[in-house]
Parts: sequence; structure tokens; C-alpha cells
Amino acid sequence: MTTLTTSAQAAPPERPQIRVAGDAVLLSGDLLVSTIETLDLRVAKATQIDLRGVRRFDTAGAWAVLTLEGHLAAAGTAPRIIGADPAQEELIATLRAFMPATDTAKTVPRHPGLADRLEALGRRTVGGVRDMGALIGFLGRTVVTIAGLILRPGRMRWTAVVHHMEQVGLHAVPIVTLMAFLIGVVLAFQGATQLRQFGAEIFVVDLIAISVLRELGILLTAIIVAGRSGSAFTAAIGAMKMREEIDAMRALGLDPVAVLVAPRVIALVLMLPVLGVIANVAGLFGGALMSWVELGVSPGVFLSRLADNTGIWHLAIGLIKAPFFALIIGIVGCFQGMQVRGDAESLGHLTSSSVVQAIFLVIAADALFSIFFALMGV
Amino acid sequence: MAEAPPIISVRGLVTRFGKHTVHDGLDLDVRQGEIIGIVGGSGTGKSVLLHSVVGLLKPAAGQITVFGENVRDTSAEDYRRLRRRWGVMFQDGALFSALNVQQNVEAPMREQITLSRQTREALAAIKLRMVGLPADAGAKMPSELSGGMRKRAGFARAIALDPEIVFLDEPTAGLDPIGAAAFDTLIARLQRALGLTVFLVTHDLDSLHAICDRIAVLAEGRVLATGTMAEMQDIDHPWVQAYFKGPRARAALAQKEVS
Repeated sequence: MTTLTTSAQAAPPERPQIRVAGDAVLLSGDLLVSTIETLDLRVAKATQIDLRGVRRFDTAGAWAVLTLEGHLAAAGTAPRIIGADPAQEELIATLRAFMPATDTAKTVPRHPGLADRLEALGRRTVGGVRDMGALIGFLGRTVVTIAGLILRPGRMRWTAVVHHMEQVGLHAVPIVTLMAFLIGVVLAFQGATQLRQFGAEIFVVDLIAISVLRELGILLTAIIVAGRSGSAFTAAIGAMKMREEIDAMRALGLDPVAVLVAPRVIALVLMLPVLGVIANVAGLFGGALMSWVELGVSPGVFLSRLADNTGIWHLAIGLIKAPFFALIIGIVGCFQGMQVRGDAESLGHLTSSSVVQAIFLVIAADALFSIFFALMGV
Repeated sequence: MAEAPPIISVRGLVTRFGKHTVHDGLDLDVRQGEIIGIVGGSGTGKSVLLHSVVGLLKPAAGQITVFGENVRDTSAEDYRRLRRRWGVMFQDGALFSALNVQQNVEAPMREQITLSRQTREALAAIKLRMVGLPADAGAKMPSELSGGMRKRAGFARAIALDPEIVFLDEPTAGLDPIGAAAFDTLIARLQRALGLTVFLVTHDLDSLHAICDRIAVLAEGRVLATGTMAEMQDIDHPWVQAYFKGPRARAALAQKEVS
């Protein structure tokens, strides 16, 4: 193969042939990685492998010759290889050194039985519990670190905090506003259709105010922020982990929790209530607009009914939940980022699981809050 | 004997990134069956040259022919055929992280030709053994390998289809001296056994001494000089002098003379 000129090799390869003549196997044509598939190497008996007709030859060709030799040897006759030119001989000799001693039987993956499935279930359960424990440990570490930073504000990375406040807060304002406005519109529209049947149109104000202020405003904002910022935290910290930046920080005596996690969590805890207030205003605005258009409830009437009939507690309950949701999103996002291992696959996997986990935990926490406030009677 | 046409020929190559000109009228010929070492300071565009030759980068001007065919101005079909005749090993292996090592080596066979699974697995296993990876490495994921093993696996993938040219981007960077020497031996051995042409981008003076037939020095946007290691000693250029007559070069040369 070394002797061929450059242009000749572009020619389409000649189909290799295998032929048994007497006690010799005759190979001919081009024995290349692109052509050997057509060769049937199951020759029963021969004492010679004749390569005189072979033109081009590469490692796959050498492999085919050696495989043929192995078959024949297994059948009882150790064949001789004849007619190879020096280059071919050298290639065969090189490859012979690398051929596996025997055709090591591949371990065929067993079909998983009931016991395997149970074992997998058990492992997943234990793994899930361990992950939860690690997440809670991470939460504790972050809270302690943040408490320490609050006691010594000079060590807080204010630039990073402000940067993340801009990223998770300011940049989320348009999408949060639009989402809350549309929710208000939908609530007013659906509420109006139902309440009109009883002639109780005016109660649409209470419906919108309570559902937006108490639940939907902050819950949907948290879900949007989990999708926007939780995933961004995981991806950013995960990429740093992959590039050993986290290890470099530790080596410099920097605490990654103080440098990376604390500013993100603090920014989120500060900004999520603000976004919640914006969502509340936008939701009420959307509701008021739709009530006016659909039911003829004028903005003045809407406002006075809102002020008279909606307790301040509805607003308070919504906003009390905001920092807790923010903590959940921030901790889950950063924790999953820290779990990233060397490969790109795990980064993608953990980013998606970060979002799913954060949204699930936010909704679970919301349910707990509902029970708590119901028991408290507010 | 008449001079065979060069297997790779670069004429008047100009590469720019924004306003920054990396190559400014670069000429280079690579002969068939040789190991050519491309050296140059950091940022002189060694890797960029490699990327241009294999058609991953579009040069601003100039002509690059491989096997006598223009790399950029061919039809997609011709380029596919051309691409099958070379293998590239990127810095740090560039293994596909979603596939295990064995599947990484099988990937070119799977994508570019039809082979039965048994043949593919057997050939990939041989390639892995050829580059000196242990038998259990095939089932591992790239993230579980050390840097040296990743490079070996990347090399195995580059030679999976028995290419005629192998492009190697800093194969020995970051390896310990023993590992680097073993890699040099491996390249030289496979080059002889498979009749490869090797386009080697390197910083490693030991590699240059040990295996390169010719060296091309990149500086000031072009190939400053080509020649054997001995010829490099006589080139009157400050960078070349500093590179080939510095303490490290002398150490590498001394080692070569001892061995």
C-alpha cells in the first residue's frame, strides 16, 4: 500500500475474492476495511493461504487473513501464508502481535429478571434518599456560609451579588410581567363566564385578587425563575466543575460555596419577592382590564372592591413564600451544578433534573404552606 | 527517482480571524510517507493550519490540495471520499463523551462504511490494542480515562479506517516523559506498519528528534523553514535559533546521541 501513488488510491476498490484450489486458499483483489465485509472466511480445510493475487491491503485485510488462519488452525491444520510482499508481511506480523489470544466470548447482557428489577428499584431508592440527604447538607452549609457573610459583610462579594440580581431579577421582569398579565386575563375571562350565571359578576374581583395574590402570582413566578435561573446556575457551575475551576478555587483557599453559591442564592432570595410583587401588579392589571372589557366592571369599582374586600393577609401570604421558593431554586440549582462529573452528558442531565426538582419542590412547599396557613386560620 | 507529487500541498494560505491575520501567504508541501513536524511559538497558527488542511476552517485566500484534490472547492460527495482517507486526532483526544471508548473507535466505521457488528468490534479492539490501551479500557467512558489514555483512544479513532494521512494535534503535550516517548514510538511504529503520512503539530523537541523526518517552522504567518533536525541548527532566525539551540533542545539532542 505504501508504493501506490496518490491518485490511484482514489479508484474504486476491487471486490476481494476468496477461492479454494486444492489445499490452498487463494485471496485476491483489494482487502480493505471498506471491502472485507463481502469475504466469507469460513473455509473448512486448507494448508496454505495464498496472497499473490492481493492488490491493496490494510489492517482490516491483515485481520481477515489472521482470522482465516485462526479458523483453519482451529479445524486442525495450521496453514502457511505465502505470496505476501514485504509490506504485507510486515503488516501481518504487526497485527499478529495485537490479535487477541483467543476470541474472548463477549458477555451477553442478561435479560433483567425480577430480582434485577427489584435490585435496581432498591438502588434508586437508596440513591434518592442519599441525594436528598446531600441536598439538605448542602442547604445547611450554604445557610451557615451566608450567615457568616452577613455577620462579616466585608467578605461578601457584592459585585457578584449585584450581577446575579440583574441576571435573575431585572432580566426576568419582561417575561414575568407578560406571564402574570395573561394569567390575570384568563382568570377574569373564565371567572366571568361562570359567575355571570349567578349574576355574581362582581365577585370576579375577589377571585382574581385572592388567586393571584395568594397563590398564582408567586408560584408561577417561581416556576419561571426555576426554568430560567435554576438551569443557568446548574449549567454555569457545572461547566466550572468540568473545567476544574472549582478545584482551582479550593486550591487557592477560596470556598466555592461563599464565592459561587452564596451570591446566587442571596440574589435570588432578594429578587424573587420583587418579581412576585411585579407579577401581582401585572396579574391584577390584566384581570382588571378583562373585567372592564368583558363584564363592564370599571377600574374604579375594581380598585375599591379590591381594597375593601381583600385582606392584606392574602398579599402577605404570597410574599412570605417567595424567599423560601427562592432558597429552594437557588440551592437545587447550585447543588446539581456541583454534582456534574467530567462529561458533557452529565451536565445536560443534571441541568434538566435541576429544573424538574426545583419546580417539584416549589410546588410541594406551596402545598405545605397552604396546610400551614389553613391550620393557622389565615 | 522522480519526485512524487506532494500528498498535501498548501499554496498562499491566508487565514484571518477578524482583523488578526494568522497565516499570511503560507506555503507547505508534505511528501507521501513522511512524518512532518509542525513547530512554532504559541499563537503562530499550528492548530489553525491543521484545521484548514482538513477543511474545518475556510481560509481567506490560498489553495489547499490533499491527494491532488482541492479541499474547499470539492463537491460534498468528493469531500466525503477525501475525508475518509485521513484521520484526525485533536488535542486531548476529543472523544465523544456520550460513547464509551470502544464505540468511539467504532464511530468512523459505523458512519462511513458498512461493516457487520462482529467485524467492527474485532477491528476496534485491535486498534485499541495497537495504541497500547488495556483490554478493559474499551468499556470505559472517556471521562473515566487519564489524559494519556484519552490521547491514545483519540489516536485509535483517528486510525480506525486505516487512513493514508493522520493529523495529530500535540499528541504528547501533557504526557509524562515516559508516556510521551512511548507515544512517539507508537506513532513511528504504526507509521512504518501502515505506511502512514503523519502531519504532527507539536511542541515536543524529543518527538521532533525521535520520529520526524522533516520539520516545518511556522513564524510570522508563514513557513519560515523546512528541513531535517540537523538543518534546523543552521537556520539564521532568532526564533529558530532560540528554539533549536536552547537548553531543552541541547538536552534532547544529547539524549539522541547517547541512545
